[in-house]
Amino acid sequence: MADYRLMKGNEVIAEAAIRCGCDGYFGYPITPQSEIMETLMDRKPWEETGMVVLQAESEIAAINMVYGGAGCGKKVMTSSSSPGISLKQEGITYIAGAELPCLIVNVVRGGPGLGTIQPAQSDYFQAVKGGGHGDYHLIVLAPASVQEMNDFVGLGFDLAFKYRNPVMILSDGVIGQMMEKVKLSDVKPRWTEAEIRKNNGTWATTGKTADRDYNIITSLELDSSRQEKFNHKLIDKYNIIREKEVRYEMIDCEDAEYIIVAYGSSSRISQKAIQLCRAKGLKVGLLRPITLFPYPTEIIRELADRVKGFLAVEMSAGQMVEDVRLAVNGKVPVEHYGRLGGMIPTPNEVVTAIEEKIINVK
Amino acid sequence: MEVKDIIKPENLVYKKPSLLTDKVTHYCPGCSHGVVHKLVAEVIEEMGIQEKTIAVSPVGCAVLAYNYISVDWQEAAHGRAPAVATAISRLMPEKYVFTYQGDGDLASIGAAEIIHACNRGENIVVIFINNAIYGMTGGQMAPTTLVGMKTATSPYGRDVKLNGHPLKITELIAQLPGTEFVTRQAVHTPAAVRKCKKAILKAFQNVGEKKGTQFVEVVSTCNSGWKLNPVKSNEWMVENMFPFYPLGDLKG
Repeated sequence: MADYRLMKGNEVIAEAAIRCGCDGYFGYPITPQSEIMETLMDRKPWEETGMVVLQAESEIAAINMVYGGAGCGKKVMTSSSSPGISLKQEGITYIAGAELPCLIVNVVRGGPGLGTIQPAQSDYFQAVKGGGHGDYHLIVLAPASVQEMNDFVGLGFDLAFKYRNPVMILSDGVIGQMMEKVKLSDVKPRWTEAEIRKNNGTWATTGKTADRDYNIITSLELDSSRQEKFNHKLIDKYNIIREKEVRYEMIDCEDAEYIIVAYGSSSRISQKAIQLCRAKGLKVGLLRPITLFPYPTEIIRELADRVKGFLAVEMSAGQMVEDVRLAVNGKVPVEHYGRLGGMIPTPNEVVTAIEEKIINVK
Repeated sequence: MEVKDIIKPENLVYKKPSLLTDKVTHYCPGCSHGVVHKLVAEVIEEMGIQEKTIAVSPVGCAVLAYNYISVDWQEAAHGRAPAVATAISRLMPEKYVFTYQGDGDLASIGAAEIIHACNRGENIVVIFINNAIYGMTGGQMAPTTLVGMKTATSPYGRDVKLNGHPLKITELIAQLPGTEFVTRQAVHTPAAVRKCKKAILKAFQNVGEKKGTQFVEVVSTCNSGWKLNPVKSNEWMVENMFPFYPLGDLKG
């Protein structure tokens, strides 16, 4: 029977992790996502499923614990918020370089620096374009509801192991803190040691047995020609991900003359804004990217052939709008509207913005 | 008597441990790493725990340790080996997990990770190579560099006013209740090598009995960094390193 609950987004991340057979969570407290580890510690999943939950001494230690766990072929994760995610970047690039699967949750708050504890979407560049050093990409999922906080934990682990690549859930303080009805996932048992050996034994440090050579988890390659080959291998992988894993939602785009592009909590606000636009007789639709890497470039390119303009709405100084512009490639105007520093746009502000910046521009 | 008459099992006095691979090491001649690698390989082989051992290599000269010992390895970011090992040990408690770290890795950039892993009493072995210098990057000052010792970044000798004091991290770690066995060894003489092997064996056996963190420091030489030949390096170590880093068990 379906298990419906009224829960906070952060709490749901914890519950979904236990239910999807996660082997380990390693974290460090930071607002506005501390409920994730608090919920796990309260639930004591080690008694129920054997899942390990550990409060690390720092975000740096936590992400390196994720490296160690992922290297064993286990389903492991961490979570943090913007300043903590910056600290994790070293570990994240090593994880990408060693091709390890894991889940990283960023419940974004405003920056730069210590910034504010209020919601923002100002970590888009960091999440989508790299974040740490070197040429790599995360797979980035952007939940717009508490339900998607639940769904993307299982999906994130599936994608991480499918591509042996770190996956980030790029949430924000709104989605993390708000309560909504959620249908929880069915409980899946953790992988057995035999299953891990079977699925991941070709690369993971499960212990060297007589039937295989010893496995090495590393991101080091001192031979430049081999490192270049490895870089090309990663590029090929990212191109397959671009081809196969793009996810997005379109609302009222069929007859739209103008398109709002927004993800996460901004897309929820924009959903109301397009209703207000329709009530005024303005044909505005909403494109909601669900994956931020890979980005829904192709559909925006197609839309650009038949609409008059785009407005990117995001709680940042204008980050995702650059990807909209790259897709539109100058065919029609692309503008940005955003609130900053933890301020959240209202639907009416968004309506005014699309009228002033796009529709009423001569 | 011909050579073939001598090659008999009963005449065998030394053999390369089967866990040491045939790869030529990148270590400088006279470096202590080679001896310590051999001791670790011997201990794992003698305990019959190859399948159960997961090793974590550092950043520094031993970054490529995974090329030389035939067990599953993870290569950690600089200083983070104890965090990596923590997760491996927690997720696979039946495994023998060890880190192998130098002084820059363990006592400088990774000071937080080693202190907290030891304080939690993670069930791991830590092999700590202390040669008082950064070897891999070309002989810069380490946290354990002695006062007055010349390095590439302390060309006039380590000055306490400028650089602070050398860090006796092993003494610090021995204070932590999570550590069970803390010892300081060397490998400059056959007797020292035998003692060091005993310490490493004890550390691995204790992890098998889930006794908590086992910490084995090996005061080592770096002929290239110290700009001395191997024999002189050993003499310099005995004269200068041992008075500040005295050998022996600190705990357990």
